[in-house]
Amino acid sequence: MTDTSAVENAITIRDLVVDYGTRRILDGVNLTIPSGQIMVIMGGSGAGKSTLLRCILGLKKPTSGSINILGTEVNGASTRQMQALRKQMGVAFQGGALFSSMSVAENIQLPLREHTRLDDSTIEIMTRIKLDMVNMLPHEHLMPAELSGGMTKRTALARAIIMDPKLLFFDEPSSGLDPSTSAELDDLIILLKNSMRMTIIVVTHELDSVFKIADHIAVIGEGRILETGTPEQIKMSTNVEIQDLLHRKPRENVVDADAHLRRLVGEEE
Amino acid sequence: MKKLNIQLLTGIFVMIGIASFTYIAVTIGGARFTQQPGYTLTARFTSISGMQAGAIVEAAGVRVGTVSNIQFDPESYEAIVSLRINQGVPVQEDAIAAIRTQGIIGEKFIKIIPGGFEELLTDGMEIGDTESAVNLEELVSKYMFSGKG
Amino acid sequence: MLKMLENIGAYTLTGLEQTGRTLNLLLLVLWELVQPPYRFYTIVRQIYFIGGRSLSLIVISGITIGMVLGLQFYSILERFGSVNLLGAGVALSVIRELGPVMTALMVVGRAGSAITAELGIMRITEQVDALECMAISPNKYLVAPKVIAGMISVPLLTAVFDFVALFGGYFVGVVMFGVAEGSYMNGMIDAVEWEDVRLGLIKSIIFGVLITLICCAKGFYMHLTKAGSQGAEGVSFITTDAVVLSSIAVLFSDFLIGAIFS
Repeated sequence: MTDTSAVENAITIRDLVVDYGTRRILDGVNLTIPSGQIMVIMGGSGAGKSTLLRCILGLKKPTSGSINILGTEVNGASTRQMQALRKQMGVAFQGGALFSSMSVAENIQLPLREHTRLDDSTIEIMTRIKLDMVNMLPHEHLMPAELSGGMTKRTALARAIIMDPKLLFFDEPSSGLDPSTSAELDDLIILLKNSMRMTIIVVTHELDSVFKIADHIAVIGEGRILETGTPEQIKMSTNVEIQDLLHRKPRENVVDADAHLRRLVGEEE
Repeated sequence: MKKLNIQLLTGIFVMIGIASFTYIAVTIGGARFTQQPGYTLTARFTSISGMQAGAIVEAAGVRVGTVSNIQFDPESYEAIVSLRINQGVPVQEDAIAAIRTQGIIGEKFIKIIPGGFEELLTDGMEIGDTESAVNLEELVSKYMFSGKG
Repeated sequence: MLKMLENIGAYTLTGLEQTGRTLNLLLLVLWELVQPPYRFYTIVRQIYFIGGRSLSLIVISGITIGMVLGLQFYSILERFGSVNLLGAGVALSVIRELGPVMTALMVVGRAGSAITAELGIMRITEQVDALECMAISPNKYLVAPKVIAGMISVPLLTAVFDFVALFGGYFVGVVMFGVAEGSYMNGMIDAVEWEDVRLGLIKSIIFGVLITLICCAKGFYMHLTKAGSQGAEGVSFITTDAVVLSSIAVLFSDFLIGAIFS
């Protein structure tokens, strides 16, 4: 669909390493995310996909490696540069992260009120447009505590796109949702890509939505990128871990009986 | 609407707070943002026995001023005390400034004993007659030694 | 024995780490203070929350403390036949010590715990991260208004506390025990100097900053401590911690300020 010659890389990640205490969470991640497309980062729990997302968002400092977003080097960017970059990024968090003291509409308006000098009526109109996009217009006066899981996610999405960002991040869009609500959200993500030409990065482990929305998939496991490619390429992958993930097989542990016994009796050095 | 309400309530709270503070600072604490009208006299004492600046100046038991400054004169070995006397309180040329104590061990204050002259002292002048502080310890020791001897 | 030393070491390190973070937060707040635009309305709302909503509590506790002081001082002074010092005794102890300290402790209990819980919950539900991703500084948006509001509200609450406590003492001394009104009021006015009022004011401003800063830091940096991974239970831990810590900080700094400024 997209003219490949026009594709630039929105995000380039080089040799990203993240340690948490003595544990190594990410171990040399290399990833390029093309702009204007939907990139799904998938992987099992504990594979490091949340950590990768937090690094890209600048919420976590990596131990080493570089992240380049829209031409800005995140490590070593000044606060001002980082602020400018963040205005071009929208994030929908897993739990919504809506501000509980504000109504749905107020939540969505916050970035506009903070970063623009638009008058109230303009802000109202822009809010309505975004609310309408995510089908939340009838509920604009509700408080976050009164929302269902799907409504929370849709509100979070509306807040993420209020500034018309170039990059949209969506953390686990289908977690905690029933299949039909989850499918609605998938449609919404595709709609956003087509209508607003955003680069969308979705982090998930939900297979159904992965193959429905993805233009590109990066599979992450044990702190490394196992493989990147189109959905077809990933389906054909010969990598055992990817096949296990795709076919929902329990992870096979290579059992070393001796070592296991020693661990059980606490003799491990 | 809700916004206005909170602002109003906050305004009321702040006003109550400021009013309380002003009452405590000005009425009770005696803070003066403008100096009370009055004039300054000086007096020399051979001993002021630890009286501090801020001590009360009384006449006939009524507070008529405060001690504004205390200095030591190295030549005469005396204490020079500046008294801030309230406007409208006359101090005659032959008035006496005496250091007294509230009770036996209470605070020191200066008592103005009026004189008979018509001429009044004005700003910057000196009260000629003074009575220094009575030192309780000296009195006691004097009494004890005289009792023995 | 070695275990015990190890524990002491661990506690000391955690303590130092947290103190460092709190001071760091103070610097960040001070940095925000010199950077417009100021969030006037956010500060107003925090003053309302910390100050306005505590007003009734402060009035009730102030009057009670004043009456207790009046009663106790009266029965003590009566033995020495110097009930005319009642006003001075009540006023000095309220204005120099009890007003600032009691008010600060009340604010810790009522508003401080709420601040910690609010920020802690915002942290674990990624609301703080969300702010950061919206290019809104959480320090400026969440922490600075609370600390500024604390710095403004606590002195005002203290003034109200002092006022009603003096009234409480007056009620017990003059109305109930029949101490001469003039000797109560004049004793108060003669004994209390501007220095005493200033001491109370300095104390209450420092307490206001201290309380809000400690409570903010506890909640804001929740994810860096063990409680961060414990969800709602973790919030209850840090809330308790914040109340205990800020109460101790108030009492200890009360002594320090008293030693330095008088």
